[in-house]
Formats: sequence, structure tokens, C-alpha cells
Amino acid sequence: MPFGLLKFGLSKTYPAQHHFTPANTQLKNRYDVVIIGAGGHGTCIAYYLAKYHGVTNVAVLDKSYLGGGGTARNTAVIRSNYLTEEGVTFYRESVKLFQDMSNELGFNVMMENRGQLTLAHNDATIRSFRWRAEVNQHLGVRSELVDRQTITELVPNLNMSEDVRFPIIAGLWHADGATARHDAVAWGYAKGACERGVELHQLTEVQGIEVTRGKVTAVTTNRGRVECGCAVQAVAGSSSVVGMKAGIRLPIHSYPLQAMVTQAYKPLLTPHVSSPQFHVYLHQTSRGEFVIGGGSDPYPLYSTRATLDQKETLAAAVMELFPFLSQVRVMRQWGGTTDMTPDYSPIMGLSPVENYYLDAGWGTWGFKATPICGKTMAELVATRRVPEIIRPFELERFYRFEQINEAGATAASH
Amino acid sequence: MKILNCPLNGPRNIAEFSYGGEFHRMPDPSHCEPRAWAEYVFFHDNYAGIVTEWWYHNATSYWFLAERDTITDEIIRTYPASDVFREPVDFSDETDADHE
Repeated sequence: MPFGLLKFGLSKTYPAQHHFTPANTQLKNRYDVVIIGAGGHGTCIAYYLAKYHGVTNVAVLDKSYLGGGGTARNTAVIRSNYLTEEGVTFYRESVKLFQDMSNELGFNVMMENRGQLTLAHNDATIRSFRWRAEVNQHLGVRSELVDRQTITELVPNLNMSEDVRFPIIAGLWHADGATARHDAVAWGYAKGACERGVELHQLTEVQGIEVTRGKVTAVTTNRGRVECGCAVQAVAGSSSVVGMKAGIRLPIHSYPLQAMVTQAYKPLLTPHVSSPQFHVYLHQTSRGEFVIGGGSDPYPLYSTRATLDQKETLAAAVMELFPFLSQVRVMRQWGGTTDMTPDYSPIMGLSPVENYYLDAGWGTWGFKATPICGKTMAELVATRRVPEIIRPFELERFYRFEQINEAGATAASH
Repeated sequence: MKILNCPLNGPRNIAEFSYGGEFHRMPDPSHCEPRAWAEYVFFHDNYAGIVTEWWYHNATSYWFLAERDTITDEIIRTYPASDVFREPVDFSDETDADHE
């Protein structure tokens, strides 16, 4: 191992295989498809277009770098225990695709099927858990209501004392819950897409979108103008800003969401643990760090700054659940932007502009939807037909007052 | 602690307030098209820059308006809603009469 490292360090040429090949070339004058945003979603759409639909004249443009936005900032939770039929069906397919992702890509995304335990501290939450468990089981998702004894067996370190602010009285056990390395998801899709001819252009900011007679004809960037057959926006926290460039106003408010990571500890927590009452969730990474996340901030902001209020709230919550964490230091903290919709469901599919497709409104549920979103959006772009599984999530639903009230979403308290 | 200057209560911790959404003039609910109503209820400018929005002081049930920069989180100005609404808003209409 040390010799291998030495060889690596002294080599004149890069001795390992590159994860992906960013396009060093100039932008072409025209692409069949321009994808705005090189996160997990954007690269996944490109991957499916290239591999399964033979569409390779594709450019993925990003104002920053590959996987540097929501993809890098989420807490890497994969689950499908939502509440609406549309939501559960959609995320169920995503979990399946995650399970096979490393094989599909020939790239290790470190998928780990840990399970997820959501805690109830009051009767109202138990009622909602029964509801969720029934809906999930009906749709083939593994969720069940569990008692205190089972919770102790699943997570022996959890503080089950009844002499606390909010004693734990039951749980929702979701055996399909999982985690994966979020950066690797974007890298794997980018690699697979670039190998098939897709061009990834980083530091290429879309500054304008040219719409002529209701159709997108070109995008203007800081590196020049590019004509396109169609365009897809997959820009998470910047959805409203980019959408307005195409004249599309969206039902989105952008809120920061703050998270933090502790120093590494010995492995002692296997599942994700989540508490809607405390607005906190955490899991231990395979490196040993505890990843701790909460709900979105109380008001919209295009900044990823930290607030002491939020950090105190998160710390107080995890210390009640796992008192030993009071001795653990916080190593890093960060914020991401969550583009929250009024019904906590995403906005996918057609837009008011004919050949402009939306992949937006991903609030706190974007990472876990990456593979199914990319697969279905690619199908839409290639065939111009909206796949049935994403039809309920179209923007037009708000004009028909047919929202999909996803009360099973994280931060659905806003 | 971040301070918000309430027109009624003076400078207070922002944790005492609730965000109330972007300020837009409400279309006439009984006469506007459903699409226009959906636009008003669900859609937002979500503008990156200086915006005008509703805020609410929880303890005193007081609604007011604020100008805030959504990039820097700087609160530029707060003022009572009466600066904008000179006349009381009339919520009654003929459809109410129909139900009576």
C-alpha cells in the first residue's frame, strides 16, 4: 500500500483511470439536448439518454462543478416510505434502481441497505405511522409499526428513558431504507454518460434561454451561445432563477437546510434514525461520522450560511436521543438549498415552453429520487411522451388544484 | 441572534416571528379565473435579491411588511401594512349573499 501510494505520487502521468472525462473542448454550436445542471439528476438524465435512447449529442452544463450543489449537500438518505400512492410508487422504483446502481454503472456507489427507523413521541404520530405502513405495504414497500421492545433491539443505543421531554413510544421501521455515497452517484452517471459521447461542461453558466414562438432555440452561456433541440433544467435550489430565464414562474420557495457531521466514532449505529417531533435525523457513515440533519430553515434564503439557532436545535435533539453524542465534536457543518413546493412533491415533466423540460421542486427528496428521475426524464426527452409514473408530478397540477399532498416528506411542516 | 425590527414591538429576536410569504395583491376571488387564483395561491417569484414579504409577530398576532435581501439575508426595512392598504379590504361579495 505505501509503495503503491509512492508510485501514484511520483508518476508523471495520472496513473489511475479517471472517474469521468470533462470536455476540455469548446462548446459546439448546437446540441440535440442541453441539460442545465450537472448534479446527480442532470448526469443521470444524460446517462439514460446516451445508454438507452441512443441520444448522445448532449451537453450537460453547470455554472460550478460536477455534483457541487444539492448532490453534495444532502444527507444521503434513500427511502420510499412516503404517504401518497404517487409518491410511494415513484420512490419505490428509485430504491430498486439504487440497489442495482453499482452494477449498472460499473462504479461503486457504496449503497448500504441500513433500514430506517422513524420515531413516534405521541399518539398522532402513531396514527400517521399506521397509515403510512398500510399504504407502503399495499404498494410493496416494507414498512411496519414497531413497539419499544423492537426499537431497543434495532437500535440498542437509543435513549428509551421515559423521563425525557419526548419519550419514544413507537416507531415506523422501513427495512428498505438505505444510504449511498452521494458524490459517487453523480460521478458514476457522469462517467457512464461521457464514455458514450455526452459532453460535460463545468464552469459554464447558463445566463439566458432564448425562446422563439413558444420553443427553446438556444441558451446563452458565459462561454458563448449554444443552439439546442430541447433543454432540461435540473438545478435544484436555483430552479426559480433558471426557470425565469425561460419565462416560467414556479410554485417554489427556496429554503436553506442545515446539516452537520461529527468526528468519527466506532461503528455502533446501523439504521437511519429520524424523529419528526424533533425535526432531526441522523445516521452513522461507514467512516464512523454521525451525519445529522434537520428541517428546512424557517424562511426562504439563497444562502447556505449557518445559524446558531438551527445548530443548537439539532444538537439538543440528538443529545436527547443519543446522550453519548454530547461528548462528540462537530467536525463540519454546511447548508444546502431546498426548493420546496406547496405539496412537498416534485415538479417533473412538461413546461409551458414546448421543448423545455422541468426537473425541479426537489425540496428534501431529490437525492433519493435521482435514478428514477433521470430514467423517466430521459424517456420523456427522447420519446416526447410523459411516462405514467411521473405524470402526476407535472407543473400543470397546480392549475387544476390537484396537488399531491406528500405528508411523508422531510420538512413537510412548512 | 438575528434581530427583526417590528413596526409594533420594536427590535425583537427573529425567532419570535413567522414568515408569511411574498407580498402580492390578491385578485378578486369571486371574479378571477381559476388559473389566476392558482397563480396567486401557489406560485412565487422566489426572487434572488430584494423582495417584499409578509411577516407576523407570533406573540402579538401582528402582521406587517418587510423588505429583505434573499441573498444576504439583510432586512432593509419593515413597515405596517397600513402604509400599503389605505382602505380596509372588502372581503364581502354577492356570492356570500347567495348562500344566505
